[in-house]
Amino acid sequence: MKDQHIKLPEGSIEKTTTTLNLGPTHPATHGVMQNILELDGERVVSTEQTIGYIHRAFEKLAERRPLYQITTLTDRLNYCSSPINNMGWHLTCEKLLGVQTPKRVDYLRVIIMELARISDHLICNSIVGVDAGAYTGFLYVMQYRELIYEIYEEVCGARLTTNMGRIGGFERNFSNTAFEKIEKFLQEYPAVLKEFEDLFIRNRIFMDRTQGTGGISAERALNYGFTGPNLRAAGVDYDLRVHQPYSSYEDFQFNIPVGNTGDNYDRWLVRQREMWESLSIIEQAYRKVQDFKGKEAEVYHADAPAYYLPEKADVYTKMEALIYHFKIVMGETEIPKGEVYQAVEGGNGELGFYLISDGGRTPYRLHFRRPCFVYYQAYEELIKGSMLSDAIMTMSSLNLIAGELDA
Amino acid sequence: MRLTHEYIQQQLQEKFGEQVGSFDTPYGMLTFEAPKDINLKVLNFLFDEPTLQFRFLTDLTAVHYPDQPGRELAVVYHLHNLTANIRIRFKVFTDIQTPEVYTATGLFSAANWMERETYDFFGVHFVGHPNLKRILNVDEMDYFPLRKEFPLEDQTRIDKDDAMFGRG
Repeated sequence: MKDQHIKLPEGSIEKTTTTLNLGPTHPATHGVMQNILELDGERVVSTEQTIGYIHRAFEKLAERRPLYQITTLTDRLNYCSSPINNMGWHLTCEKLLGVQTPKRVDYLRVIIMELARISDHLICNSIVGVDAGAYTGFLYVMQYRELIYEIYEEVCGARLTTNMGRIGGFERNFSNTAFEKIEKFLQEYPAVLKEFEDLFIRNRIFMDRTQGTGGISAERALNYGFTGPNLRAAGVDYDLRVHQPYSSYEDFQFNIPVGNTGDNYDRWLVRQREMWESLSIIEQAYRKVQDFKGKEAEVYHADAPAYYLPEKADVYTKMEALIYHFKIVMGETEIPKGEVYQAVEGGNGELGFYLISDGGRTPYRLHFRRPCFVYYQAYEELIKGSMLSDAIMTMSSLNLIAGELDA
Repeated sequence: MRLTHEYIQQQLQEKFGEQVGSFDTPYGMLTFEAPKDINLKVLNFLFDEPTLQFRFLTDLTAVHYPDQPGRELAVVYHLHNLTANIRIRFKVFTDIQTPEVYTATGLFSAANWMERETYDFFGVHFVGHPNLKRILNVDEMDYFPLRKEFPLEDQTRIDKDDAMFGRG
């Protein structure tokens, strides 16, 4: 033993469990996060999650930025549904600044937010399939995520990190192409979603892989601060769109799907059902938007000149617009003193913004309540005693987004 | 009976008397503070009292106020009663020399990582926390970056060699 090159730690020869390092760059983690699993055969004894690999100090950065520059930071939280983060941030600012948005803006936002929710759930559900060995569904639905991204492109020019909208509304009105694409989506997507669903929902292999794995009781889920689809899968019908409506969600009719066991299968079903509900919301919102006639149909931002970045054409021709443009872009707008908490129903749950202003030009403190970060700590409890392969499934069905974990 | 801000305030004052104070409702959320040594008692009371039932910890974070001697760090809890659908904000102030606050992990499993994050960025020491170590920053870090004494880099500095970053 004297000449041994590899120095084994004390007691490692007698050890009866295996330590497995999963991540930070492992194809099954779908993001940069590490898990150190302690395995007994193929059963998980314990795990330690390490996060922070893409921590970018957004909260610190935000302390120097004027409000409109923080929108780009929110993009990078849950990058599968950036527009929801953007809108959530705008809503927070509007609450603090006391800006009232017109109904048409609210409805346009609802359309975009629900599209984002669909693209978020679509990724999650199809990735669950991929991790169970079913690649077809994932490739098939990507076409329609692409269509959603094209709609984003039409509205704001970007696809992934959208930086969409302004405080008070949108930077420009939706183009006809945008509406055509939304219509196309509404027409074609249900059939695709149905087919995608049929690939999985009664699939014996998929059911065996997901049912009874990664389950959590409603009580534990609440104690762990679960929100969003993961909480609803455990049987709690908490949805911010209903309980604290923002952006005129109270004008829409929709159901909140709930599960009962909180396992991987229920989470999958809840997300699937939510996509159907989102589709119905988009359809209602689209009708409502079409109902606006004349001047009202042109409204795409609130009348808040001090905070809403004016249109470029106005900046060149109107004095006030030029002044406000300068003040906003240079970050010389004073923010009223106060503290506000605003939450929106993000793709993963309650995405909260806790903003404190001391009356300066930048936030004094900004904290993001990231749903992922809060519920990922339950991971150990979810997978303890289960098989390693179920642990992988559980990780993907929780829909962990590294950007949201780390902020 | 509908849970109102007045009722919550009255219940808290009956139980803790003068110790809870600074009641306010900025932007519609009831906010109050208590001394740091009774933070768990307050949280417990809010959790267990049959008429209050604040059993969901939405958020836990800290704020640094360097200009308030003896009250430099504020630990902020956002609590939610899901049945009555009402939120409250509870603050605990501590000095920065001995930033020790009792942990809420016994009540809320969710507090575990939230407190680790708060420790990581502000150095608030949560007494009794099962695993209080850094979570997002590297373990070797010896300062608490979200405190106000750490300024961001001066945006106008010119002494930096940008060649390595593809900007040169």
